[in-house]
Amino acid sequence: MAEGRVVGIDLGTTNSLVAYMQGEAPVVIPGVDGSNLVPSVVALDPMPAGGGRPTVTVGNSARKSLIETPERVIYSVKRLMGRGLQEVQSELKLFPFRLADDVEVGEVPRIQLGELRFTPSEISAYILRQLKRNAERFFSEPVTQAVITVPAYFNDAQRQATKDAGRMAGLEVLRLVNEPTAAALAYGLDRAKVGTIAVYDLGGGTFDISILKLRDGIFEVQSTNGDTHLGGDDIDNLLLAIALDEIHAEHGVDLRKHPSAVQGLRKDAIDAKIRLSTEAVARFDIELPNGDRYQREIPREVFEQLIEPVLERTAGPCKQALADAGLTPEQIDEVVLVGGSTRIPAVRKLVDDLFHLAARGKKPHIELNPDEVVALGAAVQADILAGSSKSTEEMLLLDVTPLSLGIEALGGTVARIIQRNSTIPASATEHFTTGVDGQTNVAIHVVQGERELAADCRSLARFDLKGIPPMSAGLPRIEVRFLIDADGILKVSAREQRSGKAARIEVKPTYGLTDEQVESMILDSFDHAEDDFAKRLLIEARNEAETILSAVERAPQSPAWQQLRGEEQGAITAARDRLAQIKQGEDAAAIRDATLALDQATRRFAELMMDAAVTTAIRGKTMENAGEEMGDAVTAPHPMAQAEFK
Amino acid sequence: MLKVLDSAVPVACWSCAVAHNDATLFCPHCSKIQPPPGGDYFSVFGLVPHLDLDLSELEHEFHRLSRKLHPDRFARAADNEKQWSLADTALLNDAYRTLREPIHRTEYLLKLHGAAIGEEHSGKDRKDPSRVPADLLEEVFELNMQLEEMRAARKMGETDAELQASLEQAKRKFDGLMDEVDHDLRAQWKAWDEGDAGARAAAQKAMVALLDRRRYLNNLVRDVTETLGA
Repeated sequence: MAEGRVVGIDLGTTNSLVAYMQGEAPVVIPGVDGSNLVPSVVALDPMPAGGGRPTVTVGNSARKSLIETPERVIYSVKRLMGRGLQEVQSELKLFPFRLADDVEVGEVPRIQLGELRFTPSEISAYILRQLKRNAERFFSEPVTQAVITVPAYFNDAQRQATKDAGRMAGLEVLRLVNEPTAAALAYGLDRAKVGTIAVYDLGGGTFDISILKLRDGIFEVQSTNGDTHLGGDDIDNLLLAIALDEIHAEHGVDLRKHPSAVQGLRKDAIDAKIRLSTEAVARFDIELPNGDRYQREIPREVFEQLIEPVLERTAGPCKQALADAGLTPEQIDEVVLVGGSTRIPAVRKLVDDLFHLAARGKKPHIELNPDEVVALGAAVQADILAGSSKSTEEMLLLDVTPLSLGIEALGGTVARIIQRNSTIPASATEHFTTGVDGQTNVAIHVVQGERELAADCRSLARFDLKGIPPMSAGLPRIEVRFLIDADGILKVSAREQRSGKAARIEVKPTYGLTDEQVESMILDSFDHAEDDFAKRLLIEARNEAETILSAVERAPQSPAWQQLRGEEQGAITAARDRLAQIKQGEDAAAIRDATLALDQATRRFAELMMDAAVTTAIRGKTMENAGEEMGDAVTAPHPMAQAEFK
Repeated sequence: MLKVLDSAVPVACWSCAVAHNDATLFCPHCSKIQPPPGGDYFSVFGLVPHLDLDLSELEHEFHRLSRKLHPDRFARAADNEKQWSLADTALLNDAYRTLREPIHRTEYLLKLHGAAIGEEHSGKDRKDPSRVPADLLEEVFELNMQLEEMRAARKMGETDAELQASLEQAKRKFDGLMDEVDHDLRAQWKAWDEGDAGARAAAQKAMVALLDRRRYLNNLVRDVTETLGA
């Protein structure tokens, strides 16, 4: 097989991106709408009238459904990756995740979207497939290999779930890279060759801190720590909860009962949060279903007090990472800020205090866009793996495992076999024996975590060593080798030493999908057919053209159309006619260009329509009413201005 | 897979079939990566077992070997080479982790030479009076009383400044004793590295005793730190 490109993917809680190495510099690949960020939102279109499976849409075009059909949309699915049913319960209070109710404890939770149900890995696979398609559109050639980033503090199950998602999307995942390490790679390309750096990564849903030593192109992680459930989402939820409570208390309206109104309000909360990074005050001004207005000013000081407990939760992991690396704050030469939440001034102040930056005349690094830096680093790592490029041939990443690996011992205590912050790949060999005469199998419970009792750690898997030759108790000597690979995923092999027989291991992951299950969830097979790739590009380009054309066709019926100036209307009509004509041809690239042009021409129209949709939802109108009022034109492809989440 | 401790045993390269010694990570003839070699952690770095290591040299060699062995260099290689890269790098990392840390290095070398070391040997129950080094018996007894008192006071939500100060002083003392042990260990390293068989045996015995004492002190300091920090 010809060796194709390897792309780097940041599969984020809020946004996802795909990037590649263009010569000596990593570059983000934009989507068909010209945007670098693909919102990590997946929506299920209505059931087709003739039966069959409904279409799944991803990104900006899925986002509009958040307000129209919230029961068919999911976002922040990363919070659910690799987690058990019980762990997920706590998320349900704040996120409108609807779990299928007949899933048993021990099974992977299924998310109910409309009439269908999906595992978190499948949802992520749809996002990955979109990124894969964006890259293929961009290169006009198939893309089958990728590097995907994960939070450094992701455990084994969360990593495996991410890798499964890649496979479902038709991508060979050459490596999982930790997000903060990827960020360091992105910065490392043109930085000083020697030094110790800390990467503080506060994203939408996860927090990581990593400390690295740089030397002659080798990026050696010294320690890492974090919290896989801490991020910008938590800040949004605080603002949202205040608004909901106050609206309930002051106006007697319980918006919590209206999912679409909550979504609208969440958008306002996010807007307010973003505004407070640059302005001294933000305002809520919302019309309620009973005609009242909820008006509220949030000064920055109040906001900072509100979020202090959330931000404070990042301090502990930072101190622990420093202690584990055996370093004082003064020994950190550079601090890199990653993740959209590091735009908040209070976060920067906290980082400054933690690492004594201002006192040493230093500033954190923010030169690279914090939303893009992880994807850029993933592209650098992809280039290292492809092994064909001069610019990265001297670079090598040595990462660590974030959590200790242990075995449940007698009495439920944990015997640690691989310590946290060990450079990966790492291995350990343990010996087991039988306790009863003639015993032919031994069960081993593997856990991940730092607590003393197995019950307090994260259960990884139960291994059943089978086929041990029957012998007196204590005589068999079974050697089990535990190996954490370069992706941070555990592999186990075993051998009975007296008989020399390889013991059969049955692995029962505590959370996670079996190989067969993953196989059965691989997204539609035509993605793998490389022969008719050109044909597929053409079909896809035509489909995209079709979608936007049919939306624009209905545009004049929308009230928002009347708000456009005459020349704006004219520009849309001209772009529409051009696309309709080019669509008949066979040139996929030309169709895409014309689609993009039409999309650009309709951007302001889409924004106007989105504003109308939000207002309607907040007013608590039913969807049917809203549909009548706005016409069906709300199906325009990119209804939300992309800049909003920047 | 051949597993021999004698690194002089020749094996045939899987790729070019030329024989080479089994402690090699790469075939000297065709440079292809080889399955994990037999031999100890020292031989991974081409060293004979000894204790007084040059750490910056060790790091340099670790980086050099990582560049050649790491799975990132084999992302698109054949499956067998991928497997060996993973296994060899795990071995390299395990070896580096053990050798760069003085106490781990000492314990590892002594175990290679048949010494029994570790929790199972020294006993997990620190309260067992027979495990207490004789010269510390009185102080440890006193310390344990104070720790109990401190924990009881904490439970009641009280603070006892005098007790706190006394515990902090005890911690400093035991920290100092640990430093002494480390100093003595280093002296034994030299004796082991440079001595003849007799001197080595004596050094080995002394180091086993020092490591036991160190582990005991370490547990004490940890107890005090935990109680103070609680």
